[in-house]
Amino acid sequence: MQNVDIVQWVAFIVLSVLTLGGGFMVARDRNLFHGALWLLVSLFGVAGLFVLLAAPFLAAVQVLVYMGAIVILIIFAIMLTRRVMGEREQTNNQWPIGLAMSALAFLVIAFILWQATVSTSAGVRPLLPSAPGGAVSIDSIVTFGKSLVDPGQYALPFELASLLLTGAMIGAIVIAREEG
Amino acid sequence: MIEFLTNAGWNKDVATFVAIVLGVIAVSSFGLIWIIFSIWLERKIAGRIQDRVGPNRTGPYGLFQTFADIGKLLTKEDITPEGADKFVYNIAPLLSVVAVILIWAVIPFSSIWIGADINVGALYFTAVGSFGTLAILLAGWSSNNKYALLGAFRVTAQLISYEVPMVLSILVPVLLAGTMSMQGIVQAQHIWYIFAVPITAGIFFTSSLAEVGRSPFDLIEAESEIVAGFNIEYTGMKFGMFYAAEFIHAFTICVLTAVLFLGGWRGPGANLEGVVGGIIGFGFLFVKSAALYFLVMLIRNTVPRVRIDQMMAFNWKFLVPLSLVNVLVVALISRLFLPDYGAAQNMASTATGLGAFLISLIGPGALAELPRTIVSLIANVGLWWVVSELLHRYANLERRKVIDLVTEPPQFSPEQQPTSAPAGR
Repeated sequence: MQNVDIVQWVAFIVLSVLTLGGGFMVARDRNLFHGALWLLVSLFGVAGLFVLLAAPFLAAVQVLVYMGAIVILIIFAIMLTRRVMGEREQTNNQWPIGLAMSALAFLVIAFILWQATVSTSAGVRPLLPSAPGGAVSIDSIVTFGKSLVDPGQYALPFELASLLLTGAMIGAIVIAREEG
Repeated sequence: MIEFLTNAGWNKDVATFVAIVLGVIAVSSFGLIWIIFSIWLERKIAGRIQDRVGPNRTGPYGLFQTFADIGKLLTKEDITPEGADKFVYNIAPLLSVVAVILIWAVIPFSSIWIGADINVGALYFTAVGSFGTLAILLAGWSSNNKYALLGAFRVTAQLISYEVPMVLSILVPVLLAGTMSMQGIVQAQHIWYIFAVPITAGIFFTSSLAEVGRSPFDLIEAESEIVAGFNIEYTGMKFGMFYAAEFIHAFTICVLTAVLFLGGWRGPGANLEGVVGGIIGFGFLFVKSAALYFLVMLIRNTVPRVRIDQMMAFNWKFLVPLSLVNVLVVALISRLFLPDYGAAQNMASTATGLGAFLISLIGPGALAELPRTIVSLIANVGLWWVVSELLHRYANLERRKVIDLVTEPPQFSPEQQPTSAPAGR
């Protein structure tokens, strides 16, 4: 525990359990609707991790957009499917190969992360940034806002592309609509 | 509190954590305890507006009516419909109440009392408001009842539609104050924002009313519409939790409107040091929110309910364009007329005679914001004039359509022509 206080450690452990556990249960639960609810739990954990990383704006936007809109959209889609309860037995014949490939992918990613964070030449880095001060957060929102409208940065073309996409969707709906 | 625990030998971080937990309990209990009084208040005022007395049997002036209601709800049989998803069914009312109480964390009760002064407070309460939408969807689905599901769909459509003008109108105080922190917005309101942007206050209030599901947008719980909608299958205390959540939410939006537009805890004497200033500030906030809550109850008991298609049209065809234009206008004005607190301070310290008296009356902060407020008020009046002209023309168009429909000559018998001239042509 190098200069990282115990409350942050406990919070990190709890939030990680929420995120990973929720994600695991999304895949595991037979009931499709419950899967969406486990997704909520997982996204809540991610929002908490954003707070722990001194990015409160991202945490609030995560809750607002992901949990408040996207999960509702997913729930609507689930409600309109027929078979909400899943099968009980394994129907995939290739599951040994699938298991091997996912284990291999996990090892590769773990190795890369290990190289990048833990075993650097400057010694062992702490897992979490030390207590975030107010100045960091305020600066981050101002920087964020500036980068959204700065023509030199990359956010502005992204926004224009999404505007174009919205226009295209509305146009498609108008064209495909029935008369009267 | 923190010092007390630290001196007792606890670890500092654990002491902070425990103090925060106690603060959380205090803040959430305040909302829940206030509900007991506000339900009685609501029924009394509704009674008086409807020319009757309201509850007057249970205790003096019917004050214990809410306890009687709670007792009734607690002793009702707790039915879970067969085929209902038990876990989701039980968790939905809880989520509904939690979504509302979480909002109380960012409300600045006074200059020194606030639950958590996060610097994205304005965004936070929109985000947790969307939990309430989720709770209703879960309730409708898990009841295993077609009508509950249909009711839940309609309610969700209403709630997610009215989030759009609400967020756009929250953007305006954020623009004017320059910060998203709720405490920062209150402290920047040397002149209350309702004088600068009355249209935005109206939009926020209306869309928040729709978010709560209060009249005239109370399709959610309209008994004559879809038989109580998504909470058909809920009995006893679970229904009580939905009921309580709606009332707490109604009071919460009054508090939020007071914080964002009416200056929150600001008022003469609220800047004093220590607990005295805190209590005065809290009192001011409370008085303002209570006045707004009276307005909410007045609207509830006088305005008739809107249909769902009228509600959707009102939102997407009127509120959303209006709030977009409003944000553009305010953004332009707030950029052109940035309040210069330094110059106002200089003016305050170098003024003489009548000028000095006037400045000491309103304070240098209000003086700095005065040009922006006046220009913005004129712009709002102009915008409202344009909007009402457009609404007039639209209304005349609709009226003309109805008149044409009503007074077209009948095809079968020529001797039954209308003899009187049609009205209003």
